[in-house]
Amino acid sequence: MEPLTWTGPLGQFLNPALYVLSAVFLVAAVVQIVLGIATGGSRVVTNPDGTLSSAGGAYDLSSTATRWLGLGLLIVVLAYIVIGIFTGPQVAGIIGGMSQQLTPVWIALILTFAVSITFKRKLGLYGKLFDSTVGMVGFALVMFWVYAGVMAGLFDWITTHDSLSQVSGMKNKVPGTPMRGAEDGEYAWYLLGGDNLARDVFSRLFKGAWVVVQIAPLATVFAFMVGITLGLPAGFYGGRLDTLLSFLANLILAFPVILLFYLLVTPEIVATGIPNYMATVLFVFPLVFVGVLLNSRYYTQPSFRTPLLIVVLGIMGWMYLSLISDAGTKVAVLPEFLDLFDIDPGILVVFVSVVFVNAPTVFRIVRGLALDIKTRDYVAAAQTRGEGPWYIMLWEILPNARGPLIVDFCLRIGYTTILLGTLGFFGLGLQSESPDWGTTINAGRRLLSAYPHPAIAPALSLLTMVLGLNLLADGLREESLKD
Amino acid sequence: MGLFILRRLGVMLLTALCLTFIVFFLTNLYPNLEKLAKTQGNFRMTDEAVASWLDDRGYIDNTLIKYGRWLGVAPGWITEKEDGTVTGQCFKENAPVEERPTFCGVLQGDWGSSLVFKDEVSSLVATRLGATGKLMGFVLLVMVPMSLIVGVLAGMREGSGLDRSLSTFSIATTATPEYVSGVIFIAIFASSAFGLKWFKGSATQAIENATFENFTLPVLTIALYGMGYIARMTRASMTEVMTAQYIRTARLKGVSFGNIVLKHALRNALIAPFTVIMLQIPWLLNGVVIVETLFNYKGFGWLLVQAAGNNDIELLLAVSVVSVVVVLITQLISDIGYVFLNPRIRIS
Repeated sequence: MEPLTWTGPLGQFLNPALYVLSAVFLVAAVVQIVLGIATGGSRVVTNPDGTLSSAGGAYDLSSTATRWLGLGLLIVVLAYIVIGIFTGPQVAGIIGGMSQQLTPVWIALILTFAVSITFKRKLGLYGKLFDSTVGMVGFALVMFWVYAGVMAGLFDWITTHDSLSQVSGMKNKVPGTPMRGAEDGEYAWYLLGGDNLARDVFSRLFKGAWVVVQIAPLATVFAFMVGITLGLPAGFYGGRLDTLLSFLANLILAFPVILLFYLLVTPEIVATGIPNYMATVLFVFPLVFVGVLLNSRYYTQPSFRTPLLIVVLGIMGWMYLSLISDAGTKVAVLPEFLDLFDIDPGILVVFVSVVFVNAPTVFRIVRGLALDIKTRDYVAAAQTRGEGPWYIMLWEILPNARGPLIVDFCLRIGYTTILLGTLGFFGLGLQSESPDWGTTINAGRRLLSAYPHPAIAPALSLLTMVLGLNLLADGLREESLKD
Repeated sequence: MGLFILRRLGVMLLTALCLTFIVFFLTNLYPNLEKLAKTQGNFRMTDEAVASWLDDRGYIDNTLIKYGRWLGVAPGWITEKEDGTVTGQCFKENAPVEERPTFCGVLQGDWGSSLVFKDEVSSLVATRLGATGKLMGFVLLVMVPMSLIVGVLAGMREGSGLDRSLSTFSIATTATPEYVSGVIFIAIFASSAFGLKWFKGSATQAIENATFENFTLPVLTIALYGMGYIARMTRASMTEVMTAQYIRTARLKGVSFGNIVLKHALRNALIAPFTVIMLQIPWLLNGVVIVETLFNYKGFGWLLVQAAGNNDIELLLAVSVVSVVVVLITQLISDIGYVFLNPRIRIS
């Protein structure tokens, strides 16, 4: 079988169009920027009836040109993907093959956007996101990886081969190499080539997305729970408590992150059980948070509060105990038959260290917001009503701090993704055959100058995912500032 | 002001003490010591042999006492073997009794010796720090002007096409960690796959002889990640200044746009980025570790990885002291500098 090219026979028609359009687009963009600096941007004239209109001229011409050329470029790129879905690798090359494998992701993305845009006026801040182009692009990138990760990890849909099986003769092969002796029903190519152990880069990429999609948001949620539960009282009460907690936070922040990872994640430290003890402490914060949240709200109605707390804390406590207790480790409090699930110790360590690194920053943000908001009138009003301090913190201050916190949450998932990659890059935590992006980059960097493709694919994926999260945060910030 | 600096120095000292103690505690846990004994002695040591190896070198004692020894406030260990040879922390084997100092720790200026590199920690750290200083210097030289230019250009006309494209560019750079941009740069500019062999993918030779060919990629990789954040802060500060009353007055007087930006806005807009640049330096340290590992440049970050990977206790402690001092001093400078740069705070 012939090796695939990037765009296949389709490229003969589309590639020239793409090259010409991109060249012209670049020229137009540069012209627009130069004109923008030189002429002072778009000129506006006031009409006799008081309305404003653009005066036209060179700058406006160039900006119209850039817009249309950009649109044309977008259509050509979409053409590769759409034609690829229907024709597959034979006609549309590697890009077509990937696009065809990703069909369920495209469907899910289109559905999400169609539903969200239809009901965007009823969806609050999430709906407003669809008013900003930057926010939509970011959201699309993030959801692409979320859907791709979930579909590859849970349903085995997107991947073409097993992410661990090695196929002889495929070591370090370039993208699009046909598989030697592919049997019926097997996918006949390594779409993104083979890595140094002759495994399929494409399949590992999406299995790796699943690792990231699982760990990063959850670790961020835990970091936020810790940061909020400690940051609110620090900002609200001030005094000694604040001094102590801020000192501790600054202490952790003064550590170089990589040194901290090396100290926490080595197998010797894992053997001492320190990560398990840290998990025991860090994972208790969601319980404390939810318990205090519900208690402060409903303590006036004991008949409702007590059963509510028993049910909620009971379920969460069970989850907590199953999460921290693990038969082989130092913390084994639950007997085996009550233990709901076991976490792979490598993942637990990575999780704990990422939460530990992120929590102090969240603490500082929440503390700053609490310091600011506690001087507002509605806090004084609640105090006059006789509400308790925790009610004020959790039901008055926290909801009013949600804007900056949501934005920071998005940014922080991105940062957590970067941290996970850093851990993988230094070969810490996860096993060396784990398909996650950091580990794959680490494995690929040794042969980078000869065979760059096994490292480039995860690098670009990490880049697009974090970029999506940052753009999403930017869009959210813009939209939340509007009102 | 004097009192403020004194208090900050006190907090700094306390932070450094706590931090080194944490590092000390974690590196002195028994599994770590066992690994150390096995790598230094031999891998087939029995448990008893490991214990006696550690005991001879004072590793079994209480952590607080060991920490005191490292600091130089507790007397160093002395072991007398059955055959009469005396070894100690502070002197060579069988040194005459009068040449045996009791204390040898950081306070006495003795940072100990590295077990992996078989060398004095102080000289090791000093040479590696020099190499990293060179890298950081070039990074700042590239990063600061570029980010300020990008930030000012984006912020001078909020919402324009230029602003949007430059802002997206700076978001993109903050989304590209060093190990991603480094890998992409090496693949494009230094690998045989793309055929552009403009630069080298390794900076090992740059320690002695930094050339354009071997130093560009590491410098660019670190600079790019730090750039986006500073550029965004500069942009925010610039947009704020551009909406100020005195800028409007200048415009109404008929001052040209270029003059407004260069003479009226720029000075006020650059106060905030100064703080950000100083606070960014500790962040660069992380980047330095990644980039030095990726490009095999044997500097401070490379030393950190070697020390941490081999549990080289004294080297690791010295490395963490240096990095904490860098973090805290940059914080101090940014606080003081902010006061000096901002006339509103300085005069009141």
